[in-house]
Amino acid sequence: MASQVDALYIYLLLVSGVMTALIFVAITVLAIKYRRVPGRDAQPIEGSTLLEIAWSIIPLFVMMTFFIWGAVIYFKERTPPADSTEVYVVAKQWMWKIEHMEGQREINELHVPTGQNIKLIMTSQDVIHSFFVPAFRIKQDVLPGRYTTAWFKATKPGRYHLFCAEYCGTQHSGMGGDIVVMEPQDYAQWMAGGPSAPLQDTGKQLFTSLGCATCHRFDVQGRGPNLTGVYSKPVLLEDGRMVIADENYVRESILNPTAKIVNGFKPVMPTFQGIVSDEQLNALVAYVKSLSQPPTGTAGLQNQPAASPAQPQNMQVQ
Amino acid sequence: MASTAIPANQAPKLNYLNNGHSLKSWLLTTDHKRIALLYLISVTVFFFLGGFFAMLIRLELLTPQGDLMQADTYNKVFTMHGMIMVFFFLIPVVPAILGNFLVPLMIGAKDLAFPRINLLSWYLYIIAGTLFLHCMLTGGVDTGWTFYTPYSTAGSNTNVVEAGLAVFIAGFSSIFTGLNFIVTVHRMRAPGLTWDRLPLFIWANYATSLIMVLGTPVIAITIVLVAVERLFHLGIFDPRLGGDPLLFQHLFWFYSHPAVYIMILPSMGVVSELIACFARKRIFGYKFVALSSIAIAVFGFLVWAHHMFVAGISLYAAMVFSFLSFSVGVPSAVKVFNWTATLYKGSISYATPMLYAFGFIGLFTIGGLTGLMLATIGIDVHVTDTYFVVAHFHYVMVGGVLMGYLGGLHFWWPKISGRMYPEGWAKLSALLVFVGFNLTFFPQFILGYVGMPRRYWQYPPEFQVLNVLSTAGASVLAVGYLLPMIYLLWSLRYGPIAGANPWGAAGLEWQTTSPPPTFNFDETPVVTWEAYNYDEIPPKEVEAPVAR
Repeated sequence: MASQVDALYIYLLLVSGVMTALIFVAITVLAIKYRRVPGRDAQPIEGSTLLEIAWSIIPLFVMMTFFIWGAVIYFKERTPPADSTEVYVVAKQWMWKIEHMEGQREINELHVPTGQNIKLIMTSQDVIHSFFVPAFRIKQDVLPGRYTTAWFKATKPGRYHLFCAEYCGTQHSGMGGDIVVMEPQDYAQWMAGGPSAPLQDTGKQLFTSLGCATCHRFDVQGRGPNLTGVYSKPVLLEDGRMVIADENYVRESILNPTAKIVNGFKPVMPTFQGIVSDEQLNALVAYVKSLSQPPTGTAGLQNQPAASPAQPQNMQVQ
Repeated sequence: MASTAIPANQAPKLNYLNNGHSLKSWLLTTDHKRIALLYLISVTVFFFLGGFFAMLIRLELLTPQGDLMQADTYNKVFTMHGMIMVFFFLIPVVPAILGNFLVPLMIGAKDLAFPRINLLSWYLYIIAGTLFLHCMLTGGVDTGWTFYTPYSTAGSNTNVVEAGLAVFIAGFSSIFTGLNFIVTVHRMRAPGLTWDRLPLFIWANYATSLIMVLGTPVIAITIVLVAVERLFHLGIFDPRLGGDPLLFQHLFWFYSHPAVYIMILPSMGVVSELIACFARKRIFGYKFVALSSIAIAVFGFLVWAHHMFVAGISLYAAMVFSFLSFSVGVPSAVKVFNWTATLYKGSISYATPMLYAFGFIGLFTIGGLTGLMLATIGIDVHVTDTYFVVAHFHYVMVGGVLMGYLGGLHFWWPKISGRMYPEGWAKLSALLVFVGFNLTFFPQFILGYVGMPRRYWQYPPEFQVLNVLSTAGASVLAVGYLLPMIYLLWSLRYGPIAGANPWGAAGLEWQTTSPPPTFNFDETPVVTWEAYNYDEIPPKEVEAPVAR
């Protein structure tokens, strides 16, 4: 992605450079050629509609090339590939908390393997932050109360700056860290060193201990909808609207259950606002997502790091 | 004031400066020219205060470690710098000083339509400014000039409400000014001065006034909502209270993007006047330049979300706003092309105001083109909230607005004060400003692209070289800004006496004496000619005052 952004940037620099040079040269030449000389008066010129149209339309066309090229790149930047490994990010003043699907947790560091698409699912515990990795040319604000996402694929092992780019208070400039990009085998080793259960297993435990399972049953129809296969599918709401059950929908349904009632159900679910932490929420969301079997996301990805050395991952390196 | 210094044999005629010397005659004046001078003094005070904070920022950033001040102090310093410069300098500077002085003169009126409201807007400005100074002295505020929620409503423990109140009141000052200009331009033009004969400075101020009147109430309400949420914990913007933080950003930028045009449009008007006078020609494509001001004012309201491409708005909203943002580029480019074309077959002299006009075109061109880069979403994601953006808006708002303002101040100084400024010193300071400006802000474009975020108190050491360059440039720039302050004051007493029309310029303001009498014209002028009829006015040898 970085090389694509840079290519567009170079194109913009070239066009801007030419434009700037044209105007500078024109002004310099005209200012010298028509400097005030005794006996030579200015000649009145009214203007030219043709010229006005020309220098409105031509720049507009050039700008449209900026627009289209920029929009294409932006579309890619904002659309994570389906085979991405998911990583949860919780921002707070002034640190980055990272949770891998395998249950590994880190603070102010994110370890990733080369050649793997990484999708970040991010939220903030307090104010707005922004996840900025200059080397990957990505930036995405991280908001309290909802998920935002970003994705990248690292190609070269190394440590890269992670900055907070949205002003967030006293230690804003200290809210940084490193993206540690490793060869897949090194990454597998690093991952093996970590303990803890996969995120969706934590979520499954929470699902039982918080009592979700009493209403959201999988065998018979409970008081709440059966959550199997719900994630990423359209849901018909009571008021006739259709929404996609994405991460934000699942999150909202836990924290503010009455906001979007599924058609045919009663608004009987209590809110879990203040009862579950952002980390627990992530685990619950990960669990609900894991109930939708086919997605390449969670299920396939669990074995990913262990399996990757054997796979021809290097082929993907651009 | 210095009017007393005019030798007795020179000016027996009563003018707006010597018509009353008491403090009361100034503080209770309803004369637009005196109010313009009141603004000149107060806005200049805020400019140097904001400049002082700018120097503190640059000094802190000389080294990668945060060593000059605490992190909290630094956050307050850049917040004060931003708020002072935006709300108390850039927004009022050209309309409230030059516009106030010139709008009635240029259209052949005795005063603005509502002289007392005009005085009221100055008092509102002073109340707002005093409140802000009080806020500053009792701990300051650290939200950044953008007041982003929920930091401003729940995170910050500084005087957010008081700073907000100051901005709220200053907003009414600018609404009243805008209202006054709109009514004045509609109702008080001299006989024969039709819309297509208006000077482009008037067109620009008219367009600006439309934005002031339509946009400012939105920021006023938004700030009230911030205060309500902060004080009474009503959920509007904070998601913990059920609010939406993006709603704040939409409301804020709905005003604050057009506010950029409140700042730049009047300066563009100044530049049109300067180029016409010093090329001794009617502006090429007068109608297109006039209408481009209106187009900028209108399109300017439709592009606000380009500040929010990474804030969490939808993919398609971002694309629409990117597209619309380019539409503002067209009328801006049209202006630059027309100014350049005006030089063709002109008779160009290089007096200080013209040097500033050239400087304006240069810096605005770079500011505008980097604006197009930022409108290109794929690039914006990487460079937004970095020093690239900082550099871009300083090129437009400081490079553009200040060059226009200083050019205009020099151009109309003989009309305002009755005295010429020292041309040699003025040229030197114009050069210092141009060089210092580029040295300060050009490195910041590179700094931003290599990834230095804005509002950083400390930074990784690899960014230091560019920061040192920038700080060095800022020192040159500071000298360039201090010089005019000194020699313009000096000229009040020692400058050569200027005649009614030292530049041989077109425009009604030059047909009355310098300084003008209290009611501007002894007889209401009747206009029978088009704007910028330079072919009918003999050029004056304006280079003469260089002697000093």
